[in-house]
Amino acid sequence: MKKPEQLSSPLYDISEKENGEITIHLKERIDIYKSASILKNLTLLIKTKSPFSMTIDLAGVTYLDDYGALLLFKLKNLITAKKGGFNIINADTRANKTLSMVDPDSYRRPVADKGKNPANIFVHLGKSTIETASNLRFLISFFGSVVISMVHVLFHPKSLRIDDTLLCMKKTGVDALPIVGLISFLLGLIMAFVSSIQLQDFGANIYVASLVALVMVFELGPIMTAIIVSGRSGSAFAAEIGSMKISEEIDALFTMGFNPTLFLAVPKIVALIIVVPILTFFSDIFAIAGGLVVGVLMLDLTPTSYMSQTLETLTLFDVLWGMFKSSIFAVLIASVGCLRGFQAHGDAASVGNAATSAVVSGIFLIILFDSIFAVIRCYW
Amino acid sequence: MEKEAIIQVKDLTSEHGDNLILDNVSFDVFRKEILVIAGSSGCGKSTLLRHMVGLDIPVSGKILINGIDITSCDEAAFLSVLKKIGILFQSSALLGSMTIADNVALPILEYSGLPESFIQDIVRMKLCMVDLAGYEDYFPSELSGGMKKRAGLARALALNPEILFLDEPSAGLDPIVSAEIDELILHINKSIGTTIIIVTHELESIFHVAQRVVMLDKKTKGIIAEGTPEHLKNHSGIPFVRQFFNRTK
Ligand SMILES: Nc1ncnc2c1ncn2[C@@H]1O[C@H](COP(=O)(O)OP(=O)(O)O)[C@@H](O)[C@H]1O
Ligand SMILES: [Mg+2]
Repeated sequence: MKKPEQLSSPLYDISEKENGEITIHLKERIDIYKSASILKNLTLLIKTKSPFSMTIDLAGVTYLDDYGALLLFKLKNLITAKKGGFNIINADTRANKTLSMVDPDSYRRPVADKGKNPANIFVHLGKSTIETASNLRFLISFFGSVVISMVHVLFHPKSLRIDDTLLCMKKTGVDALPIVGLISFLLGLIMAFVSSIQLQDFGANIYVASLVALVMVFELGPIMTAIIVSGRSGSAFAAEIGSMKISEEIDALFTMGFNPTLFLAVPKIVALIIVVPILTFFSDIFAIAGGLVVGVLMLDLTPTSYMSQTLETLTLFDVLWGMFKSSIFAVLIASVGCLRGFQAHGDAASVGNAATSAVVSGIFLIILFDSIFAVIRCYW
Repeated sequence: MEKEAIIQVKDLTSEHGDNLILDNVSFDVFRKEILVIAGSSGCGKSTLLRHMVGLDIPVSGKILINGIDITSCDEAAFLSVLKKIGILFQSSALLGSMTIADNVALPILEYSGLPESFIQDIVRMKLCMVDLAGYEDYFPSELSGGMKKRAGLARALALNPEILFLDEPSAGLDPIVSAEIDELILHINKSIGTTIIIVTHELESIFHVAQRVVMLDKKTKGIIAEGTPEHLKNHSGIPFVRQFFNRTK
């Protein structure tokens, strides 16, 4: 007998007979943490030596779990593939039981295999067409149910969940005021700055006031407010409803006889319709204040002249038009947020996707509708 | 059986907000035993379990696992404890974005260094053990509650942990599968000597698998009884405990 030094290991001893028979004396615990290195070493040994036969001696083993047992099976497969012999000696009853339970061949599945998905372009095309169509159908039926529920609420104001609506107004309106105010103030500041560079050359400083007022009240006030609300609240709606959807809470509501749209979506839509125009109004005021600061501190305008120029430029209709636009944006943000939430299904990732796509589609719709409004205004 | 404590809970006090849930609870779990934590619904069994695996830090008290106090030890020591325990959560807590096979393979891939094909076989064996053969490629959302529970059990067993925590393993399972799970628990305990802590109130499985029962009470917020299920059923001095184990009013 001789001992091959190069392949010995602290995990086992090897003895080799002249006829090429190798015996591996495994030691102590053969578990998940040891299996990897034993498997690696012995695979190498089998590959390099191609032994005539291998014997595994379990006499020194104190613990053998299914990892160890599977390890022995893997070795056996390797050896028998090379027409070698394989046997296990000195296995106690417990090891024998574990070994008998571990027969990977008996686990060769498939019992309940899912229908395999052949990578056929037509199948994919058909699938995505059907998916798009059913999404579209869902979208139409959702907006239909929103309209019906809103009309229902109009005639039966008591069916509106007033507490939810008020809470939602606080969360989407009051809590958003600081950020809306700050951003609008800075926007007014920036606009006054940038426009003054040009207007100063003509000595037309006073028109900075007109410009800030018009741009903010017409366009940027409603749009910025809507984008902020979309990012804050549209995504929150989608996440809230989406996680209710995947945990079957919406199904529970439905089976209790509630209309999920009326129960969940309508309070949010109503809250935003009330709150977003008000936020827009505040946004206008903060932006004008930002312009005023620049006008007074840098352009030598008096607060009075700045304000009177602003009031001269704006009509009440302009302000109301901006607020009207923002109430339409509010409907879009809230419905798209809720829609994405209702569309979520399956796992937690779909809730994340719902929130993302609520913001993306929300912002897209805001800009799209704003361009439509611009055209309307133009041909009025 | 040698009575060596593998887990020691010492004077554990737990609160949720202002609510006192557990008040000065102390007990030991012995190596290689099957211990059942029983008690009526809402008495703090899951809370106790969460403390025992270090998910929640108690208001006061210690929990020693293998002599390491998991309420105050450092990160590395805690990680070494975590490697030795497997947990089945009450809600299964499978990762929804992965298939069942990937869920089970996750800890094995992380800790074993074994080749892919080996891990596939092990995962298949584990799933077969919990009667889920063939469901490797399913996502958790495509399984029933009972199947999720069994997949969660397979994941808890993935690393052959030294200590296994099971929160209501047979809730929501049919009697046959639930009996199979009981057999599985006994088998795991016998074949590789896993210490198993089970939270349950299913009497049948308590009498079948429990070697010792620790019973919590909602009113006293602590342990009211401890012993073998037969002892508690027939000889407990507390009427409530006898009622619980005899299913009487
Ligand atoms: N996150 C939590 N916040 C507040 N109270 C909780 C929380 N989780 C559980 N509780 C309260 O703790 C008590 C014990 O809950 P738990 O341990 O889940 O009971 P069980 O014994 O049924 O598993 C209950 O009364 C429950 O109301
Ligand atoms: Mg519980």
